[in-house]
Amino acid sequence: MEINQSNVETTIEDPNFLPKKKSPRLERVKSLMVKLVTNKMSLVGGIIVLIYFVAAVFAPWIAPYDPLGIDLPNKLQPPTADHWMGTDDKGRDILSRIIYGSRLSLTVGVVSVLIGAFFGIALGLISGYYGKFVDTVIMRIIDVLLAFPGILLALAIISALGPDLINVMIAVGIFSVPTFARIVRGSTMTLKKVEYIDAIKALGASDFRIIFLHILPNIMSPIIVQGTLRLATAILTAAGLSFLGMGAQPPSPEWGAMLSDGRTFLWSAPHVATFPGLAIAIIVIAFNLLGDGLRDALDPRMKN
Amino acid sequence: MFIFIVRRVLQTIPVLIGVSLVVFLIMQMVPGDPAVLLAGESATEEQVNQLRSQLGLDQPLYIQYFDYIKNVIQGDLGTSIRSNRPVLDEILVRLPVTIELAFWSIVVTVVLGLLAGVISATKQRSLTDVSIMVAALIGVSLPNFWLGLMLILYFSVQFQIFPVSGWGTFAHIVLPALTLGTSGAAIVARMTRSSMLEVIRQDYIRTAKAKGVKQRYIVYKHALKNALVPVITVVGLQFGALLGGTVLTESVFAINGLGRMIVDAIRMRDLPLVQGSILVVSALFVLVNLIVDISYKFVDKKVDLN
Repeated sequence: MEINQSNVETTIEDPNFLPKKKSPRLERVKSLMVKLVTNKMSLVGGIIVLIYFVAAVFAPWIAPYDPLGIDLPNKLQPPTADHWMGTDDKGRDILSRIIYGSRLSLTVGVVSVLIGAFFGIALGLISGYYGKFVDTVIMRIIDVLLAFPGILLALAIISALGPDLINVMIAVGIFSVPTFARIVRGSTMTLKKVEYIDAIKALGASDFRIIFLHILPNIMSPIIVQGTLRLATAILTAAGLSFLGMGAQPPSPEWGAMLSDGRTFLWSAPHVATFPGLAIAIIVIAFNLLGDGLRDALDPRMKN
Repeated sequence: MFIFIVRRVLQTIPVLIGVSLVVFLIMQMVPGDPAVLLAGESATEEQVNQLRSQLGLDQPLYIQYFDYIKNVIQGDLGTSIRSNRPVLDEILVRLPVTIELAFWSIVVTVVLGLLAGVISATKQRSLTDVSIMVAALIGVSLPNFWLGLMLILYFSVQFQIFPVSGWGTFAHIVLPALTLGTSGAAIVARMTRSSMLEVIRQDYIRTAKAKGVKQRYIVYKHALKNALVPVITVVGLQFGALLGGTVLTESVFAINGLGRMIVDAIRMRDLPLVQGSILVVSALFVLVNLIVDISYKFVDKKVDLN
C-alpha cells in the first residue's frame, strides 16, 4: 500500500518518473514468445524451422559441394566422411543438394501460402462481413473448390499451365484458398456481432475501414495458426507434384524431384531416395509442431 | 428425414455444375489452339478451320460449355487423344482398381485411427498416449510417396514379404493401402482422442462409472458411440484426400489405376482424358460426402446440417 502511494506521489511530482507505457502489441508478442518457448513441442518445431531457414539463406556458405556439380567417378556413393549423405547417380553431393533444396521448398511453401492467404482472407472477409447473397455465392465457390479431392485441383491447374515451379506455387496457392476463406469468414461473422463494431458503425466508419482496421487485426490469430499449418501442407503438396514430374525440373535440387530420381536406385543405393524424404518429413513435422503450439498459445479455445 | 435427404441431394447439383465449370475453364487456359494441335502440323489452314467448326471451337465459350455439359450428361466425355478410345471407357477400366485401393486404405485409416485414438484417450497422459500422439504427428507429416518407397525398401526388397509393385492379389494391396491410409489414420486418431476425452468428461459417463459399470463397457459401449459422431465427418473428408493421394501412391507402386492414368495423361498432354478423369473423381468425392452427410444425420439426430 505504502509503496503504491509513494509511487503515485513521485509520478505526480515528476512526469519523468512515469513508468514508460509499454506498447500492448509488443507485450502480446512477448507473452506469445514466452508461451511458445515454454511449450517444448513448439520450441522444437520453431528451432527446426529456424535451422531450415538459415540453411536456405546461407546455402552457398554451408553446402560443402556445388549442388549441380557432376562427379561421375564418385556416383552413388553411400554416406561417407566426405559425403555425409552420399552421392546421387551423377556423383552430386546429396547433402549440398538438400541444403540448396530448402531454398526451393521454403520459397514454394511461403509464396503459395501467401497467395492462398491473400485471396482466402479477402473472400472470407467479404463473405463474413456482408453475408446474405454475397456470402452464399462466395461459399458456393469455396464448396466447388473443396469438391476437388486433395492434390487433384493443383494437378488440373498444372496440366493446363505446364509443369514448372512457378505454376506449382499458383496451383498450391489456389488449393489453399478455401481453408483460409472458411476460417476468416467464421471469425468475421462472430466479430461482426460484437458491440464495439456496432459502435464504430454508428460513428459512421466506412465498411472498408471497419473490415481492415477493426476486423482483420482482431482475427489474425486463427490466420497465423492456419498459415503455419498450411505451410506444412503446401510443402508436402509441392514436393508431391515435383515427385510426379509436374514441378521442378532436373537438375534442380528440389526434394520431391530428388526423391523421384532416387526411385531408380532404390535397390542399389537406397540413400538417394531416403534423405530427401527425411528432409521433407522433418520440415513438415516442424511446421505442424509450431502451428499446434501457436494454436495453443493464441487460441486456447481450440486446444484439446 | 426424407426432406433432408432430397434437399441434400439437390444441393450437390450446383456443386457438380461448378466442378464441371472449373474443369472446363482450366482446360481453356491451355496455351495453343486445340484445333491446330489436333489437326497436326501438316494440316492446311482450311483443314484446321474445318476441324474447328466441327468441334464447335468457333462458338462462344458459354455455348462450348453447354455442349460439353450436354455430352457429359449423355455419358460422352470425349475421346482420348492418345488411344483414340472414348474417355469414359478408359476411366471405367481403371476405376475399379482405384476404388479397391481407396476402400482398403479407408479400412486402414478407420481401424488404425480409431484403435490408436481410443487407446490414447483411455490412457491419457501416459507413455502410451504420448507415443501414439507423436506417431500420429509423424504420420500426418510423412510424404506418402516417400513412405511408400520406404515400405517397398524394407518389406519388399529387404524382407521380401510383399511384392514390389503390381496389382491382383491381397498381398499387392497391403503396402499401397498402408501408404495411403497412414496420414488419414493419424488424423482420425487425433480426432478420436479429443472427441473421446470430451465425452468421457460428461456426466452420464461419470454416472455409469459410479454405478460400477466395467471400464471396458463404458469405453466401447457408451463413450465411443458418442465420440464417433465427429469422427465420421473426418473420415468422409479423408476420403477426398485419399482419392487425391491415389495419384501418388499408384505412381509409386506402379498400379494401373485412375490416379496413375491422370498423371500419364498430363504427361502426354491428353487433355480430354485429364478433363474427364478429374471430373469423374471429383464427382465421386462429392457423392461420398453426400453419403457421409446423410449417414451423419442417421447417427446423430441432433445434428442440424442446415
